[in-house]
Amino acid sequence: MELCPTIKNILLLDSEGKRIAVKYYSDDWPTNAAKEAFEKAVFTKTQKTNARTEAEITMFDNYIVVYKFVQDLHFFVTGGENENEIILATVLQGFFDAVGLLLRGTEDKKEALENLDLILLCLDEIVDGSIILETDANVIAGKVDSHSMDAGAPLSEQTITQALATAREHLTRSLLK
Amino acid sequence: MAQPLVKKDDDRDDEVDYSPFLGIEKGAVLQEARIFNDPQLDPRRCSQVITKLLYLLNQGETFTKVEATEVFFAVTKLFQSRDMGLRRMVYVIIKELSPSADEVIIVTSSLMKDMTSKTDMYRANAIRVLCRITDGTLLTQIERYLKQAIVDKNPVVASAALVSGIHLLQTNPEIVKRWSNEVQEAVQSRAALVQFHALALLHQIRQNDRLAVNKLVSSLTRGSVRSPLAQCLLIRYTSQVIQESTNDTQTGDRPFYDFLEGCLRHKAEMVIFEAARAITELNGVTSRELTPAITVLQLFLSSSKPVLRFAAVRTLNKVAMSHPTAVTNCNIDMESLISDQNRSIATLAITTLLKTGNESSVDRLMKQITNFMSDIADEFKIVVVDAIRSLCLKFPLKHRSLMNFLSNILREEGGFEYKKAIVDSIVILIRDIPEAKESGLLHLCEFIEDCEFTYLSTQILHFLGIEGPKTSDPSKYIRYIYNRVHLENATVRAGAVSTLAKFGAMVDGLKPRIFVLLRRCLFDNDDEVRDRATLYLNTLGGDGAVVETDEGVKEFLFGSLDVPLVNLENSLKNYDPSEKAFDINSVPKDVKTQPLAEKKATSKKPTGLGAPPPGPPSTVDAYEKLLSSIPEFASFGKLFKSSAPVELTEAEMEYAVNVVKHIFDGHVVFQYNCSNTIPEQLLENVTVIVDASEAEEFAEVDSKPLRQLPYDSPGQTFVAFEKPEGVSAVGKFSNMLRFIVKEVDPSTGEAEDDGVEDEYQLEDLELVAADYMLKVGVSNFRNAWESMGVDFEHVDEYGLGPRDSLAEAVNAVINLLGMQPCEGTEVVPPNSRSHTCLLSGVYIGNVKVLVRLQFGLDGPKDVAMKLAVRSEDETVSDAIHEIVASG
Repeated sequence: MELCPTIKNILLLDSEGKRIAVKYYSDDWPTNAAKEAFEKAVFTKTQKTNARTEAEITMFDNYIVVYKFVQDLHFFVTGGENENEIILATVLQGFFDAVGLLLRGTEDKKEALENLDLILLCLDEIVDGSIILETDANVIAGKVDSHSMDAGAPLSEQTITQALATAREHLTRSLLK
Repeated sequence: MAQPLVKKDDDRDDEVDYSPFLGIEKGAVLQEARIFNDPQLDPRRCSQVITKLLYLLNQGETFTKVEATEVFFAVTKLFQSRDMGLRRMVYVIIKELSPSADEVIIVTSSLMKDMTSKTDMYRANAIRVLCRITDGTLLTQIERYLKQAIVDKNPVVASAALVSGIHLLQTNPEIVKRWSNEVQEAVQSRAALVQFHALALLHQIRQNDRLAVNKLVSSLTRGSVRSPLAQCLLIRYTSQVIQESTNDTQTGDRPFYDFLEGCLRHKAEMVIFEAARAITELNGVTSRELTPAITVLQLFLSSSKPVLRFAAVRTLNKVAMSHPTAVTNCNIDMESLISDQNRSIATLAITTLLKTGNESSVDRLMKQITNFMSDIADEFKIVVVDAIRSLCLKFPLKHRSLMNFLSNILREEGGFEYKKAIVDSIVILIRDIPEAKESGLLHLCEFIEDCEFTYLSTQILHFLGIEGPKTSDPSKYIRYIYNRVHLENATVRAGAVSTLAKFGAMVDGLKPRIFVLLRRCLFDNDDEVRDRATLYLNTLGGDGAVVETDEGVKEFLFGSLDVPLVNLENSLKNYDPSEKAFDINSVPKDVKTQPLAEKKATSKKPTGLGAPPPGPPSTVDAYEKLLSSIPEFASFGKLFKSSAPVELTEAEMEYAVNVVKHIFDGHVVFQYNCSNTIPEQLLENVTVIVDASEAEEFAEVDSKPLRQLPYDSPGQTFVAFEKPEGVSAVGKFSNMLRFIVKEVDPSTGEAEDDGVEDEYQLEDLELVAADYMLKVGVSNFRNAWESMGVDFEHVDEYGLGPRDSLAEAVNAVINLLGMQPCEGTEVVPPNSRSHTCLLSGVYIGNVKVLVRLQFGLDGPKDVAMKLAVRSEDETVSDAIHEIVASG
């Protein structure tokens, strides 16, 4: 197991260090209190840095944390001390860009909370139980944003609004590409 | 250069922070979840409710068992809807709720239906969910689908199945191992991530088969891997193979090195870095092999991406420990990183420079660091302090400027850990560089004038008491010490009193003045301070005469405690206040070897001020209690040592037996720990028949059989031998387990009345010289060595013949002697041609023994050793040589 690149957690915090969405894949933090303590430590350590153009990196308590901020959204990916930093950064970039695509450019806390379902699905698509599932932001966003009806569903079950939604979906996705 | 920070939305901060989850409450959301049961489902609303539930869980809210079950059942209803978005949310929340086995059954059929659906997204997610929540029994049912999914043409489905396979391998290895063929096919997939996941799974399936891993690596390194992540995996597997194979073939080119080097030219940065790191971590890497890796890392140092700079500098920092010269080429790039915005990078750069720098660059470097120190956090400063300490030990001539630097930063603001690191460093420098002693002590004196940490003050006072009297002018420290008596809290005052007394005891000329000071302390308002002053005045002869202090008194007052503190603490805790006084000799002296985790190969970690590191509480107490509870053995006296258990049977045999050797002065007791692994048997009257014909000095005196040995509940039987008092008699014992076996009816658990006598051959047991040696560490070997004196020193040289490596030879000798390695000297740096190892221990009869071993490589493989033994008894010194000579 230890040879496979391992993600310990992915965090999305706001500008005060509060949780927007977090996902832990490791038993290193067994309780919610331990998790919150870790988030607080990460946040205070990174708060003053300017991780807006390029992803930044720090190391503490034998974890490597890569992070990137936009507006009031703070993205973090944590790995073990022997992890390849660049792999972690790739995962971070995938998460960061996918959220950007899903929030359609208005990346802030309000928008993120309003689309929390998308963000949670996004996390679900990036890592499965500490193993990297996908790192390409376009693929991740594409998988999350397929809000359409089951292809097998009869057309009559689709309402006009749903049909419109599907159409809009296709349009935006073609624009985003 | 920093782009303008995007302004936080100040205007919005003024309003109440809007959130769609404002005022959300668990109870209300659980109520809302009832809409899942509506006959006409509204997918949008259902999605929203699930999002709210997930939000609560994400914020750390927990559901009770009942609540979770209720939500789970409601959620299962949502499989009726065909809305894809809703279905996705259903998958996520099922994973989050992690239902119990009996609940899983409810969704199994729905998920299995999705697993065979035409929609790729359903198939992929249903596989992931089902594999997450399922147990082994269900797995056989869905195995067929999973195998299909692995080779599915949709990469998402294939990846889902492969990743699930990786997880399932932990719980159901035998099932997943059957998928090898499909996984192998998936390794050839065109989709990048499928290849990555397939490779990870394939390797895990085969990881215990070295040959198969070898084959896998050699076929893939020929180039069919497209995904960068998969390539990284391959690099890791390759270096593992290299690691294992170099042990066999030391000559010639390293296998697969060309592959690693080729990866340095890969287009993906993660692969380049992975390969560079793998090369730097190769066992015994040569500078020719290192060069290309260092070159790419050097390029990374000037990258615009902080992550790359960090990764590179961190790796180079590690390389600098073993191959400082290889990194010197990067020094210019490294120096520009000192001003890096990212302080982690800056710190790593500095410490690397400190490791690679030469004597002439020290002063320039120190100037740069001084500016840098003020704006980094304490934890980084500690790293820098550690690096400076090792630099100073490397270039003792530079001690003046480095010591000045340390004392300057000691005066600045800083937390306890930081100050402690500095003080520890100064103490180590004083210890190891004689010229630095006087200035270092004065720096410490100045520091305690204004030190807010009681712990550090007392530690420094204690240290002053040891080192101060040995300096050319001890009297100049008195002022600093006596000031503490006036100005500090009780703990520090008590420490200062002890230190004063030490000066008085060691420096006869100062005695009258010390007595005056000590008498003043008799009026202190703290009990401890007064008690100490009284004790010292009385024992040192408080009449003020300039007389030499009696050695016995010195030993009593300031002698080192020769028992580990942990053991002493345990014994004191167990001591019942009674008529019988506490006997310090009853405290076991055995030190458990401390975990070696933090002892990195080359940098021996100095322990600084503190006493020897406390070992974990020993099991000796437990053995002692056990043995003293057996009346037959009570007369044997005090237990000297108990060995670690020695296995006398192969693993997984019918009966498992191991033995613990208990050594007494005139006796040896073997404790056989037996366990019965056959449920259908009950053993009775279990004894071990010991044949001591090859151990002439031993005579069996007693044995204690084990009445019953039921299945799976271990028991002990004992055999005791008499041996000549105080002598390290050795010998070989053959053992036979004898017992009466009775059949047990597994259904009722009752044994039959009639049993059959049976025997079971165990492996031989040897009593060796090391069994008479206790591992007892000393905190400062040099001091201990010098105070032991040359009276009973015995030095000789030995040829150890051809050995695999120096480290192997060192370990062999340590194990042979059974002594405690001191100061981390049991670790041999790779590639060294010579090594000195320091050992200490207590030999039977309570004789302290110190050993200095000097190893050298003589020719390609032959190891020569010089053994110097000092002990309190000449016969013991000779005995140690005999052990080595005969070993």
